[in-house]
Amino acid sequence: MQINNEFKPKIVAFCCNWCSYAGADLAGTNRANYPADVKIIRVPCSCRVNPMFILRAFQRGADGVILCGCHPGDCHYTTGNYYARRRMTMLFSMLSYLGIEKERTRVEWVSAAEGAKFAATMNEFVETITNLGENKRLEDLRCKK
Amino acid sequence: MQEVMVKRASELMKDGTVSRVLGWKNGEFVYDPTPAVFESAEALSAFVYNDFCASNLSKYLIALSKKNGKTLVFLKPCDSYSFNQLLTEHRIDREKIYIIGLECSGKVDEAKLREAGCEGILSVKTEGEDIVVDTLYGEKTLPKADCLGERCITCKSRKVVAFDEMIGENGEVNSECGRFDQVAALEAMTPDERYEFWRGELSRCIRCNACRNICPACSCENCVFDNPKSGISQKAAADTFEENMFHIIRAFHVAGRCTDCGECSRVCPQQIPLHLLNRKFIKDMNECYGEYQAGAEAGSRAPLVNYTLDDCEPSVVYEREASK
Amino acid sequence: MRRIGVFVCHCGTNIAGTVDVKAVAETLGKEPAVVFSTDYPYMCSEAGQNIIKEAIKEHKLEGVVVCSCSPRMHEATFRKTVQAAGLNPYLLEVANIREQCSWIHKDKTEGTAKAIVLGRAAIAKVQLNTPLIAGESPVVKRALVIGGGIAGIQTALDIADAGYEVDIVEKQPTIGGKMTQIDKTFPTLDCSSCILTPKMVDCAQNEKITIYSYSEVEAVTGFVGNFSVKIRRKARYVDETKCTGCGVCTEKCPVKNVPNEYNLGMDNRHAAYIPFAQAIPNVAVIDAAHCNKFKTGKCGLCQKLCSAGAINYEQEDTIIEEKYGAIVAATGYNPISVDKYDEFAYSQSKDVVTSLEFERILKADGPTEGHLQRMSDGKQPKTIVFIQCVGSRDTSGCGKEYCSKICCMYTAKHAMYCREKYPDTEVYVFYIDVRTPGKNYDEFYRRAVEQYGVHYIKGMVGKVSPKADGTLHVQASDLISNEQLHISADMVVLAAAIEPDKSARPLATMLTASMDTNDFFTEAHAKLRPVESPTAGVFLSGVCQGPKDIPETVAQAGAAASKVIGLLAKNKLSCNPCVSQSNEAMCNGCSTCANVCPYGAITYEDKDFSRRKDGSMIRRVAVVNEAVCQGCGACTVACPSGAMDLKGFSTSQIMAEVDAICK
Repeated sequence: MQINNEFKPKIVAFCCNWCSYAGADLAGTNRANYPADVKIIRVPCSCRVNPMFILRAFQRGADGVILCGCHPGDCHYTTGNYYARRRMTMLFSMLSYLGIEKERTRVEWVSAAEGAKFAATMNEFVETITNLGENKRLEDLRCKK
Repeated sequence: MQEVMVKRASELMKDGTVSRVLGWKNGEFVYDPTPAVFESAEALSAFVYNDFCASNLSKYLIALSKKNGKTLVFLKPCDSYSFNQLLTEHRIDREKIYIIGLECSGKVDEAKLREAGCEGILSVKTEGEDIVVDTLYGEKTLPKADCLGERCITCKSRKVVAFDEMIGENGEVNSECGRFDQVAALEAMTPDERYEFWRGELSRCIRCNACRNICPACSCENCVFDNPKSGISQKAAADTFEENMFHIIRAFHVAGRCTDCGECSRVCPQQIPLHLLNRKFIKDMNECYGEYQAGAEAGSRAPLVNYTLDDCEPSVVYEREASK
Repeated sequence: MRRIGVFVCHCGTNIAGTVDVKAVAETLGKEPAVVFSTDYPYMCSEAGQNIIKEAIKEHKLEGVVVCSCSPRMHEATFRKTVQAAGLNPYLLEVANIREQCSWIHKDKTEGTAKAIVLGRAAIAKVQLNTPLIAGESPVVKRALVIGGGIAGIQTALDIADAGYEVDIVEKQPTIGGKMTQIDKTFPTLDCSSCILTPKMVDCAQNEKITIYSYSEVEAVTGFVGNFSVKIRRKARYVDETKCTGCGVCTEKCPVKNVPNEYNLGMDNRHAAYIPFAQAIPNVAVIDAAHCNKFKTGKCGLCQKLCSAGAINYEQEDTIIEEKYGAIVAATGYNPISVDKYDEFAYSQSKDVVTSLEFERILKADGPTEGHLQRMSDGKQPKTIVFIQCVGSRDTSGCGKEYCSKICCMYTAKHAMYCREKYPDTEVYVFYIDVRTPGKNYDEFYRRAVEQYGVHYIKGMVGKVSPKADGTLHVQASDLISNEQLHISADMVVLAAAIEPDKSARPLATMLTASMDTNDFFTEAHAKLRPVESPTAGVFLSGVCQGPKDIPETVAQAGAAASKVIGLLAKNKLSCNPCVSQSNEAMCNGCSTCANVCPYGAITYEDKDFSRRKDGSMIRRVAVVNEAVCQGCGACTVACPSGAMDLKGFSTSQIMAEVDAICK
């Protein structure tokens, strides 16, 4: 799977507390492996994720950012992921418009029962980012070693 | 038109309807009139209105509507959309504003006149389809269509959407204005080409904040870029990332609220086509969530504070790319 | 910089097996803010917790990071631990190095490195944690039930039974709702009035219950535990305190041609009326729209005849304002208008009726006094066709996409009743599916087919055409035998879909409760919190939440009552402290945040920011009601100025985590 042996991507995963974070826990409970490159940040709801956080992650050296939330219709707060869905659609479209690789950002709906899906999603995302290589277009050289 | 406006303004001032007038006065040069507040009928002698009076006055009403008494304001069609948007956001007290809507056939871009060889400009006047430019070196008649600023060439609406009275005829919304053509052209490029295009544009940014300061949607009490606690405050852009981030975040913050008045691009001293960022959002929102024009009516709900159960997924971005 | 302590748990070998816990503790111990770092086999054990408590005291820790299992597992445990040692419980962060690290990585070097990064992120976050104190808000020990049908009645009785005051607001002149109009109830066929009217009387007699009939909710403000509600008491022109319900006015009133709502317009009532004999309150109403006194000024007969002196033509609507701790929506339903289904000739023939109208025909206090008769000529029908799913499960856009749920059972009831009382009647039922889950329900339906010989035909009726001889020609298809049927019927009964009452949507707006596209109230959780609205303190009872029959409604009404009782039993509500807060110095007052708040937790107030230097400055600013906010954070992103932030998950905290992870 490893294309470039030297490159280990940095992946930030924002997970909502009620579904996706629990889904990630379930992936652990089921020992469903995915690369250690993925680091999870717990947020109450996908709607808590500000586009600024995503840009910040890229600035600080992330190569890919993924946002996971409850499936539409299942939000713990009833409507949060609907807003997140629109915001992220717009943000991703804008990033792509600016010529930034669209594959670097992703939204995935993962329920608390979908441990296997969580692991599969992360495996796939890490592979995509590994193939894509280092984030150059949204980097801040001052933040790189 | 200027005489009619001054006459009406002084009438309203004298009969006590309004306490002050927001309009324009001459700036350093004839082609850069600046917004001005006139506190008495006598002061109106400095009032000017001509084809260079491009600035959108609506943003100034946030402060003026907090003052005692009513303010008279002159709004061009595009300005009236901004006014409605500010009304929607409770930034302006409608009761304290008296609006005179202005018929508008577009404002002249001084740079275009220079390109056409006009130096030492003394005045401009619309005459039918043409404009007559009086310069130190004599008069010049040019087709007006060739002298308009970008936002007027692709004018979305000549309809004043909020007014108490009109001077001139109210116009119509122009849905065939082609304002998204340039966005579509960029979308048709490869990501690499787009990246090069935007690097070329945004790397010129000097972070003078003119776009932010002029923008009626950027009227926050305290801008995130000035707030050290926001985590993204910056003074000057020190890095390509910061150049990008400022403009992405700014466009995102005004997404759904931007009326596409075009002031950002007009005032940019580096001629960065900032409206292409805002229009990208407008175009996307129209395509994904249905047609929406911010400011077309006060009280409307912007797409990003709304949703439907079957909205498109963010992956639509990849699909659109792939279908090209 | 805060003094941070780090505690790395082995979780036996669960963590220690793939993460070098000693190395993690050692490396994190070198982080600038960390003054104490250790590891222990089971941090959650009493001994492990004691290590944390002692370290807090000994090293004067100002923040604690536990690297262990998921915070979903033991965050609450460790919060109590640090609290016991005198630290604010919210100065704790858990780094999930088990579920999200040791359990998924096989390589120890990799696992250890990741655990260190996760630990750093937690350290970075805890640096910015603020001590949070769960707020408290008082609870008004009184409940409001909106809607006085069986759902509202049962909820009110159960709440009153627990000793709390309850008010019922009912827009009709009497409580009772749809159930008063029903003749018999499935599957036991006991008389609806016989089981309902005692409950209505209980409500009237219960000293804890106040009934505001002929009243509507006008405005709702406040929040869980402390709602303030304006109720409009419509003028009934009869003094409720004086009227004895003797009925003289209703008998002598000369206006006799007002369509009678109770009988769905199938007969008439007077302008002065009592909806039905067992109405609660048993008080007359004068229908001003039809009363001669109001229309022409001439009459006043009822006033002359009323020995109690209760008639008062000058009465006006009054608004009362009450405080409530909890609100129950029990607004019920109505059958849809079947006018759109012109193929069934409802508007062309009096003998095409809806099921509720049929119910009135069967009931002893109905327009035919309980005799099965055609409304056109009073003859007893010999052939009756029932059409199911009129407007239910309709994806054409004309009706409702959902199943109305009750129609299969009441149609079986009607069909069975006809065959039992009038054995010479032929009864046909056209259906898409027969859906009879529920205790004794399928048995009930099978009895209709097997014992009573009702003809159940799978198929749809295409057209009903009234004929000159007064019969109705029913053209239908039988999908099982695959043939066209032509039936000459005397009566056609339409099982009209049910829809939420029209008052539900404006009410939902007032309550800031959410609704689905069909105008049914949404539950806080479809499975686990089915009787609560997402808006705290608002509960759902009966069909306003979704179609249901009487037993289900009563069960749900009781469940809603128990939730209300649980709320009212508290003297104070402890709030989740991880809620939004608005920085009023930065707030634009633009209402963007309120637009995305699912709980209506954000209100605005004009605040004086005047300073001597620049004179008066009043600005509109957002105020978050901490008792109502649930802490989703939607507002924080919607806010362009960054005035909104979420405690416990603040912008700076999340960014600090991002930075630590990406370092």
